[in-house]
Amino acid sequence: MQMPIPDAAVLARKARVVEQLMKILPADAVIHDVAETRAYECDALTAYRCPPMIAVLPSSTEEVSAVLRICHAEGVPVVPRGSGTSLAGGALPTADCVILGVARMNGVLETDYDNRIIRVQAGRTNLSVTGAVEADGFFYAPDPSSQLACAIAGNIAMNSGGAHCLKYGVTTNNLMGVRMVMMNGEVVDIGGAHLDAGGLDLLGLICGSEGQLGVVTEATLRILHKPEGARPVLMGFDDSEVAGACVTDIIKAGVLPVAIEFMDRPCIEATEAFAKAGYPMCEALLIVEVEGSDAEIDHQLELIMEIARRHNPVELRQSKSAEESAAIWLGRKSAFGAMGQINDYMCLDGTIPVSSLPHVLRRIGELSKEYGLDVGNVFHAGDGNMHPLILYDANKPGDLELCEAMGADILKLCVEVGGCLTGEHGVGIEKRDLMHVQFAAADLEAQMAVKDVFDPQWLLNPAKVFPLDASEPRRQLALAAE
Amino acid sequence: MAKKDKEMPESEAELSEIVRAAQEPLQIIGGGTRGILAEGVPLSTRALSGITLYEPGAMTMVAQAGTPVAQIEAALAAENQRLAFEPMDHRALMGTAGEPTIGGVMAANVSGPRRISVGAARDFLLGVRYVDGMGQIVKNGGRVMKNVTGYDLVKLMAGAHGTLGVLSEVSFKVLPRPEMQATLVLKGLEDAAGVAALARALGSPFEVSAAAHDPASGETLLRVEGFEASVRYRCAALQKLLGGESAIEEDGGARWTAMRDVRAFAGVDGDVWRISCKPSDAPRLAEKSGAAAVFYDWAGGLIWARMAAGSDLRAALGAYDGHATLIRGNGQPRFEPEPAGVARITAGLRARFDPRGLFNRGLMG
Repeated sequence: MQMPIPDAAVLARKARVVEQLMKILPADAVIHDVAETRAYECDALTAYRCPPMIAVLPSSTEEVSAVLRICHAEGVPVVPRGSGTSLAGGALPTADCVILGVARMNGVLETDYDNRIIRVQAGRTNLSVTGAVEADGFFYAPDPSSQLACAIAGNIAMNSGGAHCLKYGVTTNNLMGVRMVMMNGEVVDIGGAHLDAGGLDLLGLICGSEGQLGVVTEATLRILHKPEGARPVLMGFDDSEVAGACVTDIIKAGVLPVAIEFMDRPCIEATEAFAKAGYPMCEALLIVEVEGSDAEIDHQLELIMEIARRHNPVELRQSKSAEESAAIWLGRKSAFGAMGQINDYMCLDGTIPVSSLPHVLRRIGELSKEYGLDVGNVFHAGDGNMHPLILYDANKPGDLELCEAMGADILKLCVEVGGCLTGEHGVGIEKRDLMHVQFAAADLEAQMAVKDVFDPQWLLNPAKVFPLDASEPRRQLALAAE
Repeated sequence: MAKKDKEMPESEAELSEIVRAAQEPLQIIGGGTRGILAEGVPLSTRALSGITLYEPGAMTMVAQAGTPVAQIEAALAAENQRLAFEPMDHRALMGTAGEPTIGGVMAANVSGPRRISVGAARDFLLGVRYVDGMGQIVKNGGRVMKNVTGYDLVKLMAGAHGTLGVLSEVSFKVLPRPEMQATLVLKGLEDAAGVAALARALGSPFEVSAAAHDPASGETLLRVEGFEASVRYRCAALQKLLGGESAIEEDGGARWTAMRDVRAFAGVDGDVWRISCKPSDAPRLAEKSGAAAVFYDWAGGLIWARMAAGSDLRAALGAYDGHATLIRGNGQPRFEPEPAGVARITAGLRARFDPRGLFNRGLMG
């Protein structure tokens, strides 16, 4: 993966920049020692590493604003970082950048049950948002797998999803307002405790902009009362095409489950060896979860099982208790870990129209043979968001490159059938150079024009999202302006 | 090119040509039912019509921007699905004729009572194709439900009222129609008590799809939708939770259509405002507004207010968490003025998307 050549002029100004940062932040919030900056050299896309020039850990919006004013004046690129759990390299530094970590800003500012909102500092972790309200029966709906660690700031940057978004939507559908610092240090408030924008929907634009438009320091989030209960049904099929048809029939029948999860045979086998969840050995397994009171759950599960029976399942197991529910979810929740036991893996994130599922699974199987790399598929079937896990050996020369080439082929396939490169992980650096596959030059130009408005000098996370060749003229202009 | 009174392209390519060649401002029109007026030669998307793709099993539809909403609703109804965000039909309120289009719904981000439970039009919009102010055809988003590839210009176009580009095609998510709907009607509550009851209902696990309070009738309304047994169970649970005098009405669809379309203010003189606010602030804001009549939707988060023509509602309300839009009347700016920092971003975006200032000049800041 190519990254821009670090700007020697910026590197030469390091001491001056550190000195200025030290004046506005406590000493322990400015990390500039070469050994210590290594702590920030990568995010969860660990194949790529590069220590930043400096890392800062501000504690307030005012401190973020002061940091950005300095970096803006000095022409230093800034890479915002939530908890560093990005699978796409969204928080990967460049050698000439300042990493701006928001982890110290993790407080709850306001909880308002009458209006069903919570206002938090953006460094707060996803799960601890729910943690702040669950004793009163409430929760924050978006639930990315990394929710124990990932920050709301990162969720907003990537518009993160989760297993339950079929019913509750993704981050953008649950975000009501932000306080954001622009690259020049200006603080803007967008949205709030009310619904919808009074003018242009800037909140919708900021959510998912991968830290390229501003640094979000506070967020107003929608919270909901927890359902009375939730239970899944597990079903196994000896043909993935049949499983796909079953998903379609469930949706068409008007039942709206909170989650429909899919696993294929390689994934089931790995999971069984690892977690021993008692899954049937078959070609495709579905876990469908519904919510409500006990009677409502029974009724919906009965409807779903009736549909499933028409597709001749090899297994149909309805959870009747919390223990049985946990057993059904056990394998799915350990799927990534199970695949990781076998080998290193790369997790893709393309989305496809649900109707293309059988075709795409078949093609992935063929690509697996062509490349000689094993693939397990585990994904959110209700919304077509796939997570093929390609196994490779990081210690074997050339294997990572082979894996990346195969990943690119799978993502191209997703776009070909009418889908997209990334459903919930973001573009980062990982899918950056594939953007041409999904977008024409005019489409990318329109997006880059947005960045021009928010960050005319292209200092915020500049080497992400857009193919380097497409963003180069803009990044060069910024350099020339120094 | 000869000057025309009205442009009505029949293809996206033709739309692009018209914009490219335009020498003067263009007023972008879908069905022309929402009373959104701007300077310039009318440019109608009416001839860009038709459903391009509909996959009920994937809950997605793609349609040309000028496709009538009625045609879309009919196609969805045949598969027992619907536009769940419940777009308002402005014709009765505005006294307009014409045919509402899906492009108009999305461009104005028009959502009805169900917005509080399922989201707004902008939450259902999955992808757009549009022509920008240079005449370039641009696409963003797609037709899948989860998509974070690049910036979300889809949300930006939803609610931009045509000021950033002319929509040519939209793709959106649809939802199944429920087996049953019922409405719990609470009686005799003052505004503050009514809005508080709505908050208690929404803060319960008994999923409510719409929540309104109408001071005129003294009724506080909660709509519940889903499978029949579930609807009956939740209505009873809400009735018990909220207490007081109440009745459960099965169906009640007409009530909600009237609420959605603001029928109470149709054919009655005066300006009509839409105030988006923090729900618990609503009774206080309604009081301050000096309105001749109000009613509350979105559990109080949306106040519809009827005022004497030309009244400065914004001055009456002062500062609060929210904004007000003038829907009917012309004595005040339609959109809430933005704070300086936000206004600079808005102006910057318009300058980049429409550098010649062709689209709906004077409409949105």
